[in-house]
Amino acid sequence: MKIALNVKRFDPEAGNETRNQQYAIDLPEHSTVLDALIHVREYVDATLALRCSCRSAICGSCAMRVDKQACLACKTKITDIVKEEGQEILVEPMGNMPVIKDLVTDMEVHWSKVRQVTPWLRPTGPEPEREYLVSNDAMMDVAGAMNCIHCGACVSDCPVLEIDKSFIAPAALAKAYRFAGDPRDGTHKERLQMLSETQGGIWDCTRCNMCVEVCPKDVRPMDLIMQLRDKAVAAGVAGGTGKRHGDAFSSSVRRLGRLDEMRLLPESVGIFNAPRLLGELRGAFRMMRVGKLPWKHALPLVSKPIPGIKHVRRLFDQARREEKETKE
Amino acid sequence: MKYAFWPGCVSKGACPELYDSMIKTSAKLGIELEELFDGNCTGAGVISEQDPKLADALNARNFALAQKMGLTTLINICSTCQGIQSMVQEKLDRDEEHRAKINAQLAEEGLEYKPGLTIKNFMWLLVEDYGLDKLKEHVVRPLTSLRCGPFYGCYILRPSRILGMEEHPERDNYLEQIIEAVGAEPVDYEGKNKCCGFPILTNNRKNSLTQAGTHLAEAQDKGADCLVTPCPLCHLNLDAQQPSAAEVIERELNLPIIHLPQLIGLAIGIDPTELRMNRHVVGTQAVIDKVLAAVEA
Repeated sequence: MKIALNVKRFDPEAGNETRNQQYAIDLPEHSTVLDALIHVREYVDATLALRCSCRSAICGSCAMRVDKQACLACKTKITDIVKEEGQEILVEPMGNMPVIKDLVTDMEVHWSKVRQVTPWLRPTGPEPEREYLVSNDAMMDVAGAMNCIHCGACVSDCPVLEIDKSFIAPAALAKAYRFAGDPRDGTHKERLQMLSETQGGIWDCTRCNMCVEVCPKDVRPMDLIMQLRDKAVAAGVAGGTGKRHGDAFSSSVRRLGRLDEMRLLPESVGIFNAPRLLGELRGAFRMMRVGKLPWKHALPLVSKPIPGIKHVRRLFDQARREEKETKE
Repeated sequence: MKYAFWPGCVSKGACPELYDSMIKTSAKLGIELEELFDGNCTGAGVISEQDPKLADALNARNFALAQKMGLTTLINICSTCQGIQSMVQEKLDRDEEHRAKINAQLAEEGLEYKPGLTIKNFMWLLVEDYGLDKLKEHVVRPLTSLRCGPFYGCYILRPSRILGMEEHPERDNYLEQIIEAVGAEPVDYEGKNKCCGFPILTNNRKNSLTQAGTHLAEAQDKGADCLVTPCPLCHLNLDAQQPSAAEVIERELNLPIIHLPQLIGLAIGIDPTELRMNRHVVGTQAVIDKVLAAVEA
């Protein structure tokens, strides 16, 4: 089939300008984007730089943005992208990291964050006589995180990292889960404390699902970040706004069956956090002025729960009982 | 056709204009809604983060309430509600044992969730069930000359595997299609399917507002007159927080954020005051003027 590639090029030796270059080639229908790029490099334009190795979605070398979304070029078929004849395939290097040349990026951003989460086991206590034994369930729990091939796709497309370079980002946080969830590690609390309190830690994730969407190995980093939050709360090391927000949210739904927006913000930032609350007042007045904040909801007599509230509360109480039982 | 209608907490709270415009717009389009007055909050991902099983039970309760009404489709007007509802439904439908446990909890209220309920955001319903051709027939005030940027909201796009994207691959393009159908011009910009930042507003205000501000500035620079969104949470960060976002990114911002039912309502001839276009922090008068001027011209 005829394939039209539009590749973003950058050569530092030829100046700092990026440019887009079109290539028209002919390849079998089953070809991947990587097949097409290798074809270009071998037969059309030897100056095109790209990184690849296994061509089988195992090594993680060929992550790049295709059609504005990070993926492994070797796992992305031309026909996954091209829906109508003549449609151009836009190929760009990964985002959130410096480009070395063309489609090759400097992944130090990613590796520095992996180092930040201490990616090795730190057992404490006496060494067992033979090997450390781990139950199947415990291993399965961290197995998802171990599927990560460090391709960088999630790092490339993470919208938080885009605006905050300190964010540890999805891949390294998934790696952190792999150790914070491993029963052989003796430093879970320290790990969770660091992840909870450090700038760019687990509470800065916006839960946007971008990493879940682009991960070629179904690691679902965001789900693991949520589990880290859960673990941090259980370990008693998460006392910040993130936890308070969750608690305020739940208590509002338990009380009314719906959200109580008047109380959610003050309860989330902390009712004794006067500077922050005063800072929010202007915004609150702004909303009230146009009829946006339901101030009537703040009045106890008007703030009525939904008719079936007793059933909602029953579901909450049952969940709490079950949680208590599991802990015991 | 009659649909069970879940308005979501925000349309009954901080965005009353969304609820009012949805009621007016759907009535004029002939879409009959039966509201889940007894429904509960979906948990917006916050409860599922703390306790996934509780979130499953709460959402299953809403599904069962809709089925008890004898209806087969449940409509929402919130990307976040859609995301959570789709996620829970996928789990309940896939895992019979889990479903039985949840149903046992609902039994005391005489409720049961049975697979087979269709859950759709109003945006999906318009394109897939109502049809853009039928929508165009209702347009009496084409929004020509209005440049309108789409803003989807994360949970209606990702993760795509639970959001029916295989069956409906164009779901990530419906806003553009609707904008065109009502005669306006869609504005393309990078931020349209990114995160508005709302979920971390209380936790990391600077990051949250930098995200909102970045998308707003980009759309404004591309010449958008307004953004349209199917998500009231995005609306809150993009509209109610816009003056603060402008301070954070140190840019002047003045971009009205219109709810999807308001956009449709304007085009099918509903009075802007009935659509509560005045209940926005960023004034919508420029949008209204442009729409009305085009009709007069």
